[in-house]
Amino acid sequence: MNKELVDKIKANPDYQKLIKTRSGYAIKLSIAMLVVYFAFILTIAFEPSALAVPLSSDGVTTIGIPIGIIIIIFAFTLTGLYTKRANSEFDDLANAVKKSVGEN
Amino acid sequence: MVNRIFLFLILGSIAAFASGTIDGEIVKQELNVSAIVMFLIFVGATLGITYWAAKRTKSAKDFYTAGGGITGFQNGMAIAGDYMSAASFLGISGLVYLKGYDGLIYSIGFLVGWPIILFLIAEPLRNLGKYTFADVASYRLRQTPIRTLAAAGSIATVILYLIAQIVGAGKLIQLLFGLEYEIAVILVGVLMILYVTFGGMLATTWVQIIKAFLLLSGATFMAVAVMAHYDFSFNSLFAHAVDMKGIEVMSPGGLVSDPISAISLAVALMFGTAGLPHILMRFFTVSDAKEARKSVFYATGFIGYFYILTFIIGFGAIVMVYTNPEYLDVAKQAISGGQPILGGKNMAAIHLSHAVGGDFFLGFISAVAFATILAVVSGLTLAGASAISHDLYASVFKKGKADGQAEMRVSKMATVGLGIVAILMGIAFEQQNIAFVVGLAFAIAASANFPILFLSMYWKKLTTRGAVLGGSLGLATAVMLVILGPIVWVDILGNAEAVFPYKYPALFSVTVSFVSIWFFSVTDNSQGAKDEQVMFEAQYVRAQTGIGAEGASEH
Repeated sequence: MNKELVDKIKANPDYQKLIKTRSGYAIKLSIAMLVVYFAFILTIAFEPSALAVPLSSDGVTTIGIPIGIIIIIFAFTLTGLYTKRANSEFDDLANAVKKSVGEN
Repeated sequence: MVNRIFLFLILGSIAAFASGTIDGEIVKQELNVSAIVMFLIFVGATLGITYWAAKRTKSAKDFYTAGGGITGFQNGMAIAGDYMSAASFLGISGLVYLKGYDGLIYSIGFLVGWPIILFLIAEPLRNLGKYTFADVASYRLRQTPIRTLAAAGSIATVILYLIAQIVGAGKLIQLLFGLEYEIAVILVGVLMILYVTFGGMLATTWVQIIKAFLLLSGATFMAVAVMAHYDFSFNSLFAHAVDMKGIEVMSPGGLVSDPISAISLAVALMFGTAGLPHILMRFFTVSDAKEARKSVFYATGFIGYFYILTFIIGFGAIVMVYTNPEYLDVAKQAISGGQPILGGKNMAAIHLSHAVGGDFFLGFISAVAFATILAVVSGLTLAGASAISHDLYASVFKKGKADGQAEMRVSKMATVGLGIVAILMGIAFEQQNIAFVVGLAFAIAASANFPILFLSMYWKKLTTRGAVLGGSLGLATAVMLVILGPIVWVDILGNAEAVFPYKYPALFSVTVSFVSIWFFSVTDNSQGAKDEQVMFEAQYVRAQTGIGAEGASEH
């Protein structure tokens, strides 16, 4: 890719919008995942008894178990959200950029 | 040449059979006919696939990426197949069996790297690379030093991961057939070499897909059978487990005993996943970024579901295997007391399959576990061989001027070499918990591969000097801390106290890596560094839009 083409693409408003919206979304979702995971791991490190609280007075199931399962489901949901948006909105923008420089 | 090596290997393994010493310690298991029949069906079917794939594997691109025409769903299954390894299935269910909740902590750590890979890595990786992640890391940096380092990181990761898989394989076959551990390991190594050399990525992918399907089905059946036993009440299952092993199994325990270990493990698993060469390589088997994203979406779903199943399976093993005299290792109990199970804790899931489904289902799960190991070691070996042939031979040694056929030949020879190394290391590591060995592989992937890959994609000021010095320091730190840590220094080398007190070095080694890459990049004032920074713009545009990306080959 030569400099001329790079500059042309960089000046394309669709490209600018693509970079801005996609990186914003990717960073937001990454932070969401990191915050949830590190909150979990730091709880284990510093206050493991918080996860050992029983869900009910007569059962042995601790709150740590549903929390663990929810984190797994949360991770999967995030990938679904990103894939859905990237495969429609972001790809449309990327295709518009490609079209504008004669790529398809 | 290659044929001769095969012949040598096969003769070698026969010789090993013949000269096997009998030292009276071997616990011969009863032959399980249904297991053996299903083993043979699987081996036959995979050899059929390999034959089919071999005919379609003509170019280097076919060999490394199956021609780039795998769909997102197929690749998602195959990635899940790569990830749902023997270490995951046997190791994590064994860990849940041993320590309860701690196993879930491990699983979650293994999973949460995936969303991050999708958001930050998958698309630029697919848009910039061709066969290996080193293609991306060296896109605008100097080929020779970057490729050499990336190959070193890849090979180290692959060999450690191979150890974990092959240890599982040896124990499994030992348990099923009553073969000596060493011979079982040699057999797996030889079979693996045959699959990869002839079938390349296409055979590896389809073996992964089929195995992922079988494993998910088998694990689902086991989990449902366990839950049905307790009227689908988790409370009732957990209550029985607590009766057996005490309340400790319901909450975080000794696995991550201090804050540093906990954070270090988290860093290793999260960034390590994004630095595993056999996983990264899978992104080149799909046609474009859209399919690459779908791959991660499906893979995360399958893997997450699988980890929930292994959690149930581990608890199932606590209630159905732990005190069951049928699975008790009487010889071991006489020496060390307690409730040791035949084949060690990593066999908990295998025994459970027998407890819930009898001999036939034991046969099925054993065959699936065997398939899992073969598929994963094939993927690993292919990634390691690619690092040797594509990065070292074609790019470093031949300066990018190797022809595809010669490159493929080198790749096949590298496969044989890696197979032999895997066999030797598998024998040396017999007594280690295989989930921990994988942890070590992750530390290296997180400290050497991931920082270089990630910064090459996103940080304009990265220079060759920074990447090479920083990445090497990260790699060296990870390896050194692993050697000085409790697993190698105390458990293997027999020293009294570890020099480095933590089992998981990633927090330190990843920090060393990032900080030194940063330092040696920003202090690099050479002309080369300036040129590399200028080239970032074009690389970034390609990474973001896919313009100029490698497409699927026409077949």
